[in-house]
Amino acid sequence: MVHTLESRARLGGIYVSLGLFALIFAFPFYYVFVLASWSNIYSNPPHVVFGSDLMVNIRALLTQVPFHVNFFNSLMIAVISTIGTIFFCTMAGYAFAKFEFKGKKPIMLFVLATMAIPPFLNIIPFFKMMVAFGWYQTWLPLIVPTLANAFGIFLMTQFLESSIPSDLLSAARIDGLNEFQILLYVVFPLAKPGIAILGTVTFIGSWNNFVSALIMLPNPKTSTIPVALSSLFVRSDGNFGGLMAGTAIALFPLLIAFSFFSKKIISNLTAGSLKA
Amino acid sequence: MTKQEKIAPYIFVSPFFILFLIFALYPILYSVYISFFKWTVSGPQGFIGLTNYKNLLTIDPFFFKSLSNTVWLLIFGSLLQHLFAIPLAILLNNGRDALKGRDFFKTTFFLPYITSTVSVTLIFAQLFDMNYGWLNYIWVNLFNQEAVNWLQNPDTIKSSLAIMLNWRFIGWNTIIYLAGLQAIPHSLYEAADIDGAGPIAKHWFITLPQLIPIIFFAVTMSIIGGMQVFDEPFVLLGGYEQMGGNMNSGLTSAFYLMFTGFKASRFGKGSAIAWLLFFIIFIMTVINRKITKALEK
Repeated sequence: MVHTLESRARLGGIYVSLGLFALIFAFPFYYVFVLASWSNIYSNPPHVVFGSDLMVNIRALLTQVPFHVNFFNSLMIAVISTIGTIFFCTMAGYAFAKFEFKGKKPIMLFVLATMAIPPFLNIIPFFKMMVAFGWYQTWLPLIVPTLANAFGIFLMTQFLESSIPSDLLSAARIDGLNEFQILLYVVFPLAKPGIAILGTVTFIGSWNNFVSALIMLPNPKTSTIPVALSSLFVRSDGNFGGLMAGTAIALFPLLIAFSFFSKKIISNLTAGSLKA
Repeated sequence: MTKQEKIAPYIFVSPFFILFLIFALYPILYSVYISFFKWTVSGPQGFIGLTNYKNLLTIDPFFFKSLSNTVWLLIFGSLLQHLFAIPLAILLNNGRDALKGRDFFKTTFFLPYITSTVSVTLIFAQLFDMNYGWLNYIWVNLFNQEAVNWLQNPDTIKSSLAIMLNWRFIGWNTIIYLAGLQAIPHSLYEAADIDGAGPIAKHWFITLPQLIPIIFFAVTMSIIGGMQVFDEPFVLLGGYEQMGGNMNSGLTSAFYLMFTGFKASRFGKGSAIAWLLFFIIFIMTVINRKITKALEK
């Protein structure tokens, strides 16, 4: 009896501590939607319930930046990146997961090792290259370089190792399918659950990307959401209602995507740490 | 095995290598070359050997300022948080069967990590507001303190950045440690139970030693990420023009690199900063590895 009382108190303590941290982590998300609904975001004590000015703020935002253009750019870049990344990473992951070939181990290790290269190391020459390619102020630098990235390849290798029966591949070969047809008609359909995770993670990464967009699409009027919002904040006139509405809109797709796939994303993003 | 089956895997992995050569390896080597030149928008103005490096390490006041800011942020924004993340992970893992809502906590803890740095910074800028922000409201009314001008005072600029980094990554680290905890064999704890060990002794003598490889991984990620912080100070403190706010307190090394390259258009010097920073990160990772190896013994 004493024991259960003690363990109940302990469990209660655990809930209180975890709950406090959960509140700290969740509050800013709630707060941005609250601020987005007040045209005057300043109040003392600060706002904590919803106002009714969301549409006013969205209209204000559209007069400050062409937010619909920014939204379209962010969305298109993220969608194209996601589709392309799914294709190239599944293809390479399939090779590592289901083929035996000379040099496979060192090649795989090399791919993994490239993840440790700090991204800013090549940023200045990369910029000059993009200018030379004629890719400056286009979407291409934000899409092409990461199409076949090490993280995605690693993720798909892990997934395909366990989800594609080798017998099925042999049967497809006996049926006369060539290797590329097998990739298209056998591997891709079976890879769907892995593709959902890779797709969500890629979309989130592209949607959130700031530095590349800042360098390659520096004009806020033709750039992505993060560049437009940050420039709006930097040249602020103190009217932040529109800015908060834009920030809330920028968060919305993420929260939706994450609410569907959170469990799978968390386990896949942390899986690498156990293998390291 | 058919010939096609032999060639196919090489073709399937080739896009990675093509992209890596063009967009990573070539620019990386090129940046070594650029760093030996006085090089601006109009092109190279002459080979100057190690002068860029020498100037940065000897006379450039901003480079050292940025480095000390970055190391301060690394400690208080990225490393100390592991002291919160490990106990939180133990709490989440505790009462294995009794704790309900673990998935809810995991999702909530993870959410900050997947949020864009720009969104996070814009929200926190409002929380940090001197007159109308929640932080000061709590600080003044609950703790009876003077209102703090978070984003103007050189000392609190750094604290503000550290608060944001902690908020963003504590949950991520917690989830990583939780995955590590769940891989520790239960039998180890049962053996300790028989010996009559208390909970603190159990965590000290079983959990922490078992977690060492995960701690190494998580700390390495913190070092690599923490030494490259750019987005948060850039957005929070007014972009390139302000160079990290009052007394450059928020000027990180990655910020100074971006400023030198893309605002001042000094590509040679910028590339030299990139390589110095890379070298420092490398040394720190090696030290981390050495400490881990020593602890494992």
